[in-house]
Amino acid sequence: MATMTMAKALNAALADAMLDDDRVLVFGEDVGQLGGVFRITDGLQARFGDKRCFDTPLAEAGIVGFAVGLAMSGLRPVVEMQFDAFAYPAFEQIASHVAKLRNRTRGALSVPIVIRVPYAGGIGGVEHHCDSSEAYYAHTPGLKVVTPATVEDAYSLLREAIDDPDPVVFMEPKKLYFTSAEAELPARREPFGTAVVRRPGTDATLVAYGPAVPVALAAAEAAREEGWDLEVVDVRTIVPFDDATVAASVRRTGRCVVIQEAQGFAGVGAEIAARVQERCFHALHAPVLRVSGLDIPYPAPMLEHTHLPSVDRVLDTVARLQWDDQPDSRWLARGSAA
Amino acid sequence: MTTTPQAVRRASPRKRRPATPAAPDPSAGLLPQPAPVRLLNPDGTSLPSRDDYPEPPVEVLREMYRRMVVGRRFDAQATALTKQGRLAVYPSSRGQEACQVGAVLALRDNDWVFPTYRESVALTARGIDPVEVLTLLRGDWHCGYDPAGRRTAPQCTPLATQCVHAAGLAYGESYQGRDTVALAFIGDGATSEGDFHEGVNFAAVFKAPVVYFVQNNRYAISVPLSRQTAAPALAYKGVGYGVPSEQVDGNDPVAVLAVLTRAVAHARAGHGPFLVEAHTYRMEPHTNADDATRYRDANEVEAWRDRDPVVRLEAHLRARGVLDDAGVAAIAEEAEAYAAGLRDRMNAQPAVDPLSLFDHVYAEPTPQLVEQREQVRAELAAAEEEGA
Ligand SMILES: Cc1ncc(C[n+]2csc(CCOP(=O)(O)OP(=O)(O)O)c2C)c(N)n1
Ligand SMILES: [Mg+2]
Repeated sequence: MATMTMAKALNAALADAMLDDDRVLVFGEDVGQLGGVFRITDGLQARFGDKRCFDTPLAEAGIVGFAVGLAMSGLRPVVEMQFDAFAYPAFEQIASHVAKLRNRTRGALSVPIVIRVPYAGGIGGVEHHCDSSEAYYAHTPGLKVVTPATVEDAYSLLREAIDDPDPVVFMEPKKLYFTSAEAELPARREPFGTAVVRRPGTDATLVAYGPAVPVALAAAEAAREEGWDLEVVDVRTIVPFDDATVAASVRRTGRCVVIQEAQGFAGVGAEIAARVQERCFHALHAPVLRVSGLDIPYPAPMLEHTHLPSVDRVLDTVARLQWDDQPDSRWLARGSAA
Repeated sequence: MTTTPQAVRRASPRKRRPATPAAPDPSAGLLPQPAPVRLLNPDGTSLPSRDDYPEPPVEVLREMYRRMVVGRRFDAQATALTKQGRLAVYPSSRGQEACQVGAVLALRDNDWVFPTYRESVALTARGIDPVEVLTLLRGDWHCGYDPAGRRTAPQCTPLATQCVHAAGLAYGESYQGRDTVALAFIGDGATSEGDFHEGVNFAAVFKAPVVYFVQNNRYAISVPLSRQTAAPALAYKGVGYGVPSEQVDGNDPVAVLAVLTRAVAHARAGHGPFLVEAHTYRMEPHTNADDATRYRDANEVEAWRDRDPVVRLEAHLRARGVLDDAGVAAIAEEAEAYAAGLRDRMNAQPAVDPLSLFDHVYAEPTPQLVEQREQVRAELAAAEEEGA
C-alpha cells in the first residue's frame, strides 16, 4: 500500500502496459519530453524511448487518424487529447472511422486504440478547458466510454482499456488528477463494464460517474445528518453500461438521483434516469431525479461553482424524493413549464 | 563549337566580384516541374524519352491497357446497373483509368491502397471481385471485400480522412520493419480538407512511406478547381510540408505509371512521402444522380474526349508493335465477358440478415445490444408467423 495520486496511477498503468506489450505506443501533444501538461506520461519517453512515446504535430484529427492507421498495421496506440474541447477537431475521425471501422468491415479491421481525454471542470480553468464531452462519445455506437473516479480504478480501467479489442474513449476527470489515496498496484479487478457500489445505503441510490462521484459520496455523508442512508453507485464504464448493478441498487432502495457534472439536457444522466425508470418502475417510490450542470456553456472560473453539482444541490434533490408520499411541489406549480 | 559571350563570362570567374556562395535553395527537389510530365502525345506518339522518368517496360504497359479496357467496361456496366435499380448510386471513373490502373501497377500486392468512392476501377484492377467492390453501392453492407486480406482500405467517403490513415499505416509498417508502401488516393476538392494537410504533414514528419495521389479531375461535384485553391497547381502543396512532388498528365498512361513508379520507389527507399498530382478529367457526371450540364460546358467535355487515355495507350502499343487488331479484340472480348458475369451476378438479390447488424459493433456485443438483438429476433419470428 502506498499513497498516490490518480495522475501517478494513470502513469503507472501506461508504463506497465508498455512493459507488457511492445505494440503499445503513446503519443500526442507534449507527451514526450515534457510528460504531458498534466504529467500523465511523465518519464515514459526516457524509459521506453522516443519511438514508443513521442510528440506529434499539433493536429488532433491527425493524431487520431494516425492512430487508426497504426492500429491497422497491428499496433496499440494510446493517444492523449490535451484537453476535452481540443478533441473536437478529431471528432470526424472518431465518429466516422474509429467507431465504425470494425462494423464497416465486418470485423476484418478493428481499431483497438485508447483516446485519453482529460475532461470536466472544477479546476478554475478558462474557457475550452473544462468541457464535459462524454455524451458525444457515449452517443456514438462502436466506442466504449470509460471514466474513473478513484485512484485504483484509474489504473485498472486504463489497463483494461488498453487491452480491450475495441476503441475506448478514456475520460479522465481533471479535478481528480491530484487527489490521492492508498492504493496497491497493480490493482486489476477486471472492472471493465461493471459499475460498483461505492457506499452501501438503504434509503436512496445516488448514481454518479467521474467527477460527480466524490460529490455523491460527500452528499451521502452529509445526508446522514438528515437521517437518510444513501447508497452511491459509481458507473465507471458509461459504455457498456452496467444496467444490472444500477437497477439492483435502485430496486433495493426505491429511490434514485442521477448526478453528472455535464450540462443536463440530452446527457448521459438522462439516459441513466430513463433506463432506471424502465427497469425499476414498480420499485420506485418517487420519480428518478437528476442533478447536473446547468444548460449553459461552461462558465468562467469565478462562476463555475454555480454551475457544478454541489452537495447542497444533491441534498435538495434528495429532499424532493417524495419521502412523505407528497408529490413534488415543483411540478405542481402553475404555468406550462412543467 | 561556338561560345556565347555569356559562356565566356562564366568561364572566367576571377572577373566577378568575390560573392558569398549562394545559399542552396531549400525547396530544390521538392517542387514539381512547372508543367505536367508527359511521355505520350494525345495521339499516342512518343515524346522524346527522358532520364528522370524512363518509360515502363512494354509488357507492363500492355497489361495496363488490358486492365484499363476491362475497367472501363466494368464502369459502364456499373452505370447501367444504376439505371436498372441494382445500385443505389455510382460515381464513375470514366476518363481516369490511366490514374487508377497506373497506381495499382506501381504497387506490389502487399502494399496498401487507401481508395475513395471514386476508385472502383482501381479496385477491380487490383483483382478485387467486382461484386464485392459494388457491395457498398448495392447496399447490402458498407464494404464488400476483405480489406486486411486485399491490403485495400474500405473506400473512403468522408473526404481526405484516409490521408491520415495512410500515414499511420505506413509508419506502423516501417516501425515494424516491413517495407510496405501506402498509396492514398484523393480528389482535387478534398485537398482543401484539413485531413489532407494533416496527413501529408504527419507522413512527412514521421518519414512514412506514403504516396499521396491527387486525381485532379477539375471538379468537386460542381465546384471548380478555381474555388479550391489559388496555388499554381495542387502539386505545389507538397513543398510547404517538405514533401517532394510532381505533376503528371493524368490521361497519359505511360507518364502516370512512370511518375508513380518513381514516387513509390522514393517512399520505399525510406525517403518519406511523395505527392503526385495527375491532371485528368471526369467524363461522366459526379455520380449518375448528378446533372453535370448545370455547371460545365459540353465543349469542355468534348475537348477531353480527344485526350482519352485508353485510345492513347492503344495507339502507342500498336505503334510499338505489341498490340494488333486481334489483341484488341481479345481484350475487348474479355471485358465483355467480365461485364456479363458482373451483370448476371448482380441480378441476384443479395441475402441480408438483420441479426447480423449486431455482430460487429464491438468485438463482443454489449448487454444492451444482446437485448436489442433478441427484440429484433422476436420481431422477425412474429413477422414470419404472420406471413406463414
Ligand atoms: C467531409 C465531406 N464533406 C462533403 C462530402 C460530400 N462530397 C462527396 S464527394 C464530394 C466532392 C469531392 O470532390 P473531389 O475531392 O474533387 O473528388 P471527385 O469526386 O472529383 O473524385 C463531396 C463534396 C463528403 N463526402 N465528405
Ligand atoms: Mg474532383
